[in-house]
Amino acid sequence: MTASDDMTGSASVPTAEVGQPLVELRDVQKYFGSLHVLQDINMSVARGEVVVVIGPSGSGKSTLCRTINRLEPIDSGTITLDGQPLPAEGRALARLRADVGMVFQAFNLFAHKTVLQNVTLGPMKAKGVKRAAAQEEAMRLLERVGVANQANKLPAQLSGGQQQRVAIARALAMKPKVMLFDEPTSALDPEMINEVLDVMTSLAKEGMTMVVVTHEMGFARRAAHRVIFMDDGRIVEEAAPEEFFTRPKSDRAKDFLSKILTH
Amino acid sequence: MDAIFSNLDLYWQGFRMTLWLTLASAATALVLGTILAAFRVSPVASLRWFGTVYVELVRNTPLTIVFFFFIFVAPQVGIRTPSFFVSAWVALSIYTAAFVCEAVRSGINSVGVGQAEAARAIGLTFTQTLQLIVLPQAFRTVVPPLINIFIALTKNTSVAGGFAVTELFAIGRRLANSNPADVIPVLIGIGVCYLILTIPSGILASWVERKVVFAR
Repeated sequence: MTASDDMTGSASVPTAEVGQPLVELRDVQKYFGSLHVLQDINMSVARGEVVVVIGPSGSGKSTLCRTINRLEPIDSGTITLDGQPLPAEGRALARLRADVGMVFQAFNLFAHKTVLQNVTLGPMKAKGVKRAAAQEEAMRLLERVGVANQANKLPAQLSGGQQQRVAIARALAMKPKVMLFDEPTSALDPEMINEVLDVMTSLAKEGMTMVVVTHEMGFARRAAHRVIFMDDGRIVEEAAPEEFFTRPKSDRAKDFLSKILTH
Repeated sequence: MDAIFSNLDLYWQGFRMTLWLTLASAATALVLGTILAAFRVSPVASLRWFGTVYVELVRNTPLTIVFFFFIFVAPQVGIRTPSFFVSAWVALSIYTAAFVCEAVRSGINSVGVGQAEAARAIGLTFTQTLQLIVLPQAFRTVVPPLINIFIALTKNTSVAGGFAVTELFAIGRRLANSNPADVIPVLIGIGVCYLILTIPSGILASWVERKVVFAR
């Protein structure tokens, strides 16, 4: 056991020491009407760190992920990205979002644009990259996620796994500081889950800072530095994956793990 | 029938006027209505408020009263236009824009919220999101109701005939007065002229609809 403790420890400790944390949430509260969906959230993600957020449905984990690029505004507290507090609506927010890649459960590829256009749109329109350069970079990224041969098709002509890999390429094209994954494999057929997880694992290995909301425990064990367990809008437990999965501390985490790991 | 064939030049004059009034007002109303629809879905509360008030005020006012306003009231408060044609153009555009706005807004609502979220997530501004992602998809579902609105507009131009614009309806009334024996053929001739405008727009609509269809 000590060996794995050392491994996970050494994976997260040095990155946490790299100056300021990249993403930091302080005393974040959010309500949907009278429902308190995020309660006293305090967390930080260091540069290069991969954090997996798990928890039962309705625990607020997706909402947490979406507050980080302000797709969900918060009611109180602060969120800082690379030391900068999140701006309110407007151009400043758009600029900040350009630095945060996001991958959705439902892919959300632009339905009227080709795969290649999906990937080049952001760099060209939000960053002013020239078309030729954007296309070259897009093809490189599509190659990397293994869908370069589909570049001129419309999203609807691709399988779910291919669409999600395009969505990852689209986010990467913005050269983001951090990538958010909001249940990226939950809408996929089982045989397509791995092709997406493989891309995510290789990203993690290359040092991309990632916040991943997922039910894929295998990915959490393989790629995460830290697991955050949420329930009822609160962060209940935070630990290195090996420790969390083998020795969860809280009863709610034990209960949750017993339900998902028994079959 | 003689009343028609001996007055073909008048028919042609009225037909051209109706055509120009329709095209000019349709183009203006499309632009104005789309801007209003953008207001109505904007994150800025005052713009949303303006859009809502405009639509409710204008679409619930009879077109004749809108014409009255621009032809008789507006000049008294110093808003003058170079001709009755321009006044009619303004009145029809402002009136039709309210309906275009609501059609476009329903189209915007038909585009999944995930499309706009993804656009915002890659750093596009509100205007870019609307322009590049939401509106191009919205217009595809909006073609049938828009053509409805433009067909109604074509017929609404006849109100201008009551306000000194010599379009088809005004010509029809003049010819009917001067040829009391041929009132029915004269008016049928006018009706056919409107059909020449409206039926092709219906055909154009289904053609456009087929062209822009895409899988979601």
